[in-house]
Amino acid sequence: MASRQFATFEVANQLFGVEVHTVQEVLSYNEYTPVPLAPPAVSRLFNLRGQVIAAVDLRVQLGLPPKATEGPVMNVILRGDGDPVSLVVDRIGEVVDLDDDTFEHPPDTLSGPTRELVVGTFKLDGRLMLALDATLVVDTSRATT
Amino acid sequence: MEDLGEIVGEFLLESHENLDQIDRDLVQLEQDPHSRDLISRIFRAIHTIKGTSGFLAFGRLEKLAHAGESLLSKLRDGAQPVTPATITTLLATIDGVRSLLAAIEETGNEGDVDVDAAIAQVNAQMKAGEAGAAAEAASAPVAAAPETPEPLEEVPARPAPNPVENQRRPIGEILVESGGVQAQDVGSALAQQIEGDERKLGTILLEEGKAQPAAVSEALQAQTPKRSIADSAIRVDVDLLDTLLNMVGELVLARNQLVRGVMEIGDATLVRSAQRLGMITSELQEGIMKTRMQPIEHIWSKLPRVVRDLSNSMDKKVQLVMEGKETELDRSLLEAVKDPLTHLVRNAVDHGIESPDQRTAAGKTPEGTLTLRAYHEGGHVAVEVADDGAGLNVDRIAQKAVENGLLRPDQIPMMDRRDIMAMVFQPGFSTAAKVTNVSGRGVGMDVVKTNIENIGGAVSVDSTPGKGTVWRLTIPLTLAIIQALTVDCGDQRYVVPQVAVLELVFIDGQSTKIEYASGAPVYRLRGKLLPLVRLDRALGLDVGGDHGVYIMVLQADGRRFGLVVDRVLNTEEVVVKALNSRFKDIGLYAGATILGDGKVGLILDVSSLARRSHLAVDSERGNIAAAARASEGSGTGERLLVTAVGERRVAIPLDTVTRLEEFPRERIEHAGSREVVQYRGQILPLVRLSHLLGAYGEEPEGDTVSVVVYSEGARSVALVVDRIVDIAENSRTARRDAEEDGLVGTAVIQQRVTELLDVRRAILAADPNFYADLETDDLLVEA
Repeated sequence: MASRQFATFEVANQLFGVEVHTVQEVLSYNEYTPVPLAPPAVSRLFNLRGQVIAAVDLRVQLGLPPKATEGPVMNVILRGDGDPVSLVVDRIGEVVDLDDDTFEHPPDTLSGPTRELVVGTFKLDGRLMLALDATLVVDTSRATT
Repeated sequence: MEDLGEIVGEFLLESHENLDQIDRDLVQLEQDPHSRDLISRIFRAIHTIKGTSGFLAFGRLEKLAHAGESLLSKLRDGAQPVTPATITTLLATIDGVRSLLAAIEETGNEGDVDVDAAIAQVNAQMKAGEAGAAAEAASAPVAAAPETPEPLEEVPARPAPNPVENQRRPIGEILVESGGVQAQDVGSALAQQIEGDERKLGTILLEEGKAQPAAVSEALQAQTPKRSIADSAIRVDVDLLDTLLNMVGELVLARNQLVRGVMEIGDATLVRSAQRLGMITSELQEGIMKTRMQPIEHIWSKLPRVVRDLSNSMDKKVQLVMEGKETELDRSLLEAVKDPLTHLVRNAVDHGIESPDQRTAAGKTPEGTLTLRAYHEGGHVAVEVADDGAGLNVDRIAQKAVENGLLRPDQIPMMDRRDIMAMVFQPGFSTAAKVTNVSGRGVGMDVVKTNIENIGGAVSVDSTPGKGTVWRLTIPLTLAIIQALTVDCGDQRYVVPQVAVLELVFIDGQSTKIEYASGAPVYRLRGKLLPLVRLDRALGLDVGGDHGVYIMVLQADGRRFGLVVDRVLNTEEVVVKALNSRFKDIGLYAGATILGDGKVGLILDVSSLARRSHLAVDSERGNIAAAARASEGSGTGERLLVTAVGERRVAIPLDTVTRLEEFPRERIEHAGSREVVQYRGQILPLVRLSHLLGAYGEEPEGDTVSVVVYSEGARSVALVVDRIVDIAENSRTARRDAEEDGLVGTAVIQQRVTELLDVRRAILAADPNFYADLETDDLLVEA
């Protein structure tokens, strides 16, 4: 049976995941440079081994208030289209192997900004994981316009 | 197959280079149809392409190259003259070769590129040439037989995987020159080679006993010096250089951190090592930067062909002059400049230079001149495209700008000529009377501007009616590393490119201070008001105080302004990292960099800030005018512009003021007894208030004069004052009526006696007809 690997993470106590091949690395970082006047979802930059990376706040993308910036923040670095982009999350989960039969389309009751980003729902033991579209989730022009 | 792929890649690279050279040579050949050197060079290059394509089994490419080669051999043998038609045919052949190469590059095979048409054209050309030659031969049977051999030129350009081969002097030529062999022997040996003899030319000659071994080896040695020069250069992948440059950037950062750490420890040996490391790093960085520099000739080389084709198709005569083609630019910048430059050149041929008839009628030579000029200028490279054509029609541009809704009609008279010309860079703007397939579709100039600005450059245009137009690109030397000043604002650090910085001023709040002209911060820089932009305000941060801050006097986009920051730290070289477009769109940041402490620092976009400062001033002016009108309406005193004229203070009601300007002194011209300046395409009469009010005194020092411009309808006059002092509210206290001509009264403003100008009189003194148009009705009644 076909299965896919997902890197999972938590935001606001909801488990999300992106396909593992879209993830470059995961790291915790605490020195960010704010970008004044930038869209709220992407108002910070940081230095990843000499590369300037934009940090996209998943909370804002999901329509929640921005994440407080004190202390180390977990970043899921997505390979992106040429430029890597970081997705700021609350907590990193584990990499899970999921069979396609645990997949279901997003529930019809899911609405708001989250709906556009979610490509499917996976039924894990005891909780649900929402699979995110790795391209849309860091597309900040979408959320702000 | 990996190997073959590499060979094909090399073949493509080499052929593209050769084709560019052929293009140039063909255009030159047209100027100089009798140059055998040129013909031979073109022949050799095409022959190389033909040979290699045969070897790599690109059949159609080989066929096409062969056709071109046949025509060329006729030209070379003198069997057919070089005419513009032959050149066109050959250029078409080269284009065919190019499209084949493009197809090969894309798909790995020749695709469905059609070569038959081009080959047919070549054949037709050869037939026409034969007919001509036959006619010629009939009249002069002895002359110009196709057999007339020029064997020395006929070099066995065998499939040469290395372009070095082309640069080497042919061994046959050297041998004949040294007298080691007879010319006809070389010819027959060459013929043998062409027929398929795989041996080298020297070998054939030796084995046939036509040459002495010593002579051949001597000739071979004569060839080698050239080869050693060519061998000392290698091709390097640009990606590799980019990676190296990035790594050097990182090394610079690591060095900075190390040096700082070592300084804290203070160990003498370590300090010495760190300094040594620093020096090596700097040199390494410089070296890597150099590898990326290429002469601008690289992108100019295609332009003679562009100009030739275009001017031919439009029946224009254009001479292309190139100055400073050795000027070097970073490779990535060259790439970015290529298309805008081509567009400007096409535009200049299409719209700039007139037809020969028009030129003759205008008293110019029928042949127009297009000059490309590149030179270094203060850390930048300037590239100019100048034509001696008709120039831009400022009135038409203004009219068009109004039609397109880019400007309001009332703005036109107040605008500088150059500002109006700059409208051509607006999207969708074209003044071309008719749209051609070349230009005039209104896509282009705005793209030129965007492309150049994307690489941190600037575009400007200047034009003299009847004399021509100069398009000017200012391009940074390199994108990768810039000299910059780091500044603090709020609790963040920002980076300002040093090219924009003119000077720094510390504001202590005592001897130097920030003043406000109706809310707009300004600073008196050597007596002149400098508009200020508060960086914290521009960035939407909390606005700090006015004391203990720094003003960076910046210049960009032809505007000078002061940027108020909390602290200026130091200058350093920073490696510019591209910023994602979502941040660029904010319009404040030109890029980002990694600072010495490893944090990301934002590089400020000085041009955008300059535009902001201008906007702010304009809107501030609007506010002033609105406020003035409002206060006038309510009758609670008016706002006055206080100026200094000699020892006196003269106030002008602000609502009569259209603009404040400064003119360079040398721009003042005389018309009759009046002083005038050219201002936004108009002649603006000046009146010196000092003369009008009889306040003769010392002429103020300085290269510029301050004027107050007053406009009504299409008419404007300028009142010259010594300087602008302030804007004040007239409290209408302690006011006396005038005793003196030219004044309506005096008042105490800001605890000082200030005279109130009779604006109407002053304007009439500058232009007695000012109100003539406006007040015809009144006059009729009075009469």
